[in-house]
Amino acid sequence: MPLRLPRIGTSQIVALAAILAINWVVSPQFFDIRLQDGRLFGSLIDVLNRGAPVAILSLGMVLVIAMRGIDLSVGAVMAICGAIAASLADTHSLPVVLAAALGAGLACGLWNGFLVAVLGIQPIVATLILMVAGRGIAQLITEGRIVTFSSPELAFIGGGSVLGLPTPVVITLALLGLTLLIVRGSALGLMIEATGGNARAAALAGIGTRLITLAVYGWCGLCAAIAGIIAAADILGADANNAGLWLELDAILAVVIGGTSLFGGRFSLVLAVVGALIIQAMNTGILLSGFPPETNLVVKAVVVLAVLLAQSPRLKGLGSSLFGRGK
Amino acid sequence: MNVAGRNSVSRLLPVAATSAVFLIGFLICSLTFPNFASLRVVMNLLTDNAFLGIVAVGMTFVIISGGIDLSVGSVIGFTTVFLAIAIEQWGVPPLMAFALILVISALFGAAMGAAIEYFELPPFIVTLAGMFLARGASFLMSTESIPITADLYSHLAEQAIRLPGGARLTVPAMAMLAVVAGGMVLLHLTRFGANIYALGGSRVSTALMGVNVTRTTVAIYTLSSALAGLSGIVFSLYTSSGYSLSAVGVELDAIAAVVIGGTLLSGGYGFVFGTFVGVLIQGLIQTYISFDGSLSSWWAKIATGLLLFAFIGFQQATLGLARRSRRLAAAGAH
Repeated sequence: MPLRLPRIGTSQIVALAAILAINWVVSPQFFDIRLQDGRLFGSLIDVLNRGAPVAILSLGMVLVIAMRGIDLSVGAVMAICGAIAASLADTHSLPVVLAAALGAGLACGLWNGFLVAVLGIQPIVATLILMVAGRGIAQLITEGRIVTFSSPELAFIGGGSVLGLPTPVVITLALLGLTLLIVRGSALGLMIEATGGNARAAALAGIGTRLITLAVYGWCGLCAAIAGIIAAADILGADANNAGLWLELDAILAVVIGGTSLFGGRFSLVLAVVGALIIQAMNTGILLSGFPPETNLVVKAVVVLAVLLAQSPRLKGLGSSLFGRGK
Repeated sequence: MNVAGRNSVSRLLPVAATSAVFLIGFLICSLTFPNFASLRVVMNLLTDNAFLGIVAVGMTFVIISGGIDLSVGSVIGFTTVFLAIAIEQWGVPPLMAFALILVISALFGAAMGAAIEYFELPPFIVTLAGMFLARGASFLMSTESIPITADLYSHLAEQAIRLPGGARLTVPAMAMLAVVAGGMVLLHLTRFGANIYALGGSRVSTALMGVNVTRTTVAIYTLSSALAGLSGIVFSLYTSSGYSLSAVGVELDAIAAVVIGGTLLSGGYGFVFGTFVGVLIQGLIQTYISFDGSLSSWWAKIATGLLLFAFIGFQQATLGLARRSRRLAAAGAH
């Protein structure tokens, strides 16, 4: 398949607008935003705030998937890093807490990268190991309890606000900007796409595929650590059993909705974040409309199937033979 | 296909290693706890892990064919809720409900297999959608745990073959042993089984050989989901209730059991018997923890993760050795 420029993502943005419009119909005050105590409040802000952890995870996941990999362990890594941050928060200063949690996330990511790049294990299997063991490690750190803390500095990361926006939203935007700068500001993004498209050809062309794979998994672990810190700071505690549970699936879904193919190759960071917002807007919409939250999973499944069918090579062939004959 | 070696001895090496790990583990447990080495403990091991064993056999088929099925845990959950509601609220006779749910889950698997095959989608993401769908459907039916009070359930719970030493071979354990035996026959002695190995080795060559790849793929996922349905029946017998949150994460335990059992996750190689031993090893870890009493249950997850790593490392090493010896043989032929 020839390397194409990333699509503009009209369909994703239309989908997000449509879901927001439905939310508005269901709950007319959906777009109401008010300023209170120097912080913005409203359903729309809530969508951004609640969507932040998945959006951050998807920033790491999209690069991994673009390399034809997958990282199933991000939910468990979130639990580990949240547990570390929560158990250190009241006895150590904030920089130490953050360094410890981020370091742990980076180490987890590099471990996955080592298994994939150096030992040559399939990504699903390699990250499955940490997905299974990670939650056990997190419980080991919290000793099976729900660790709570009262450090106001750490709580600020989850519940505070910067310039009126909730801190998680600001962190997400900053991280998106940073990732765009690193990946698209250099040839790195192109190298990642080349490796995902054809790893052998990329290596023969002189790209250090092994090092890039290692770095990308490390970055994914780092993103998971940030999401884990936010999740722990949000509830002022770490719950090793439930922190980040099933979020790896949401992150993969966000990336897929964002138009990045699971077969690797071209990717879009911005659209992955839009994908995360679509998921969260659906969740919020279902809550606002008064449907039982249980319908959430069914709606999600229908969305996955719709996106999959839209991406399916066979349907694409059908579509182009029907509509593309004039070209 | 025959990547692990040319002769049958080295072909069986991974299964032998798994069995050795189980025997050594059992020996350690027996030396640590004086009452451990009894028929009763072994029979409880079979009963407690019956549902996992059944679903892991289906997973073995899927993984050998080069696919993966993430939906099985949700299908088990759906089955327990469906049975509870059908029997308790709709008044369907239990045996009829069993037959109904087996048909429903088989059709569910067939639909997933067809989606994978016709739309050329990765099995991982299709069965992920199936996982959401089945779990969501069970949430929609009921979010509460519903006890099942049908006579058949209490009757089946009492049914068991009594063995010396107070041990009982229960109905769930018998069902698992039957599925394992049936799975071995189906995989190793039939044309369908041979096709599954071929499919995992190379899809293209299999299609060129004249095997109906579409029908085989649909059949594999149908089988996996139907076994998940059966596993759900066994699970509801075991707990006498239906709950939409039951069997969350069982797909991971099943995949872990398959890998520990020596099956290659890239497909084309594996044994049902290895999976059976893999399930027993996971059960053994749980039993060790409950015998010890002071160890926390999270150690089970860490131990399973370590075992997974050890076995995957072992697989990579044998694969590397096989490739090297093949290269050497090829070089020697010149």
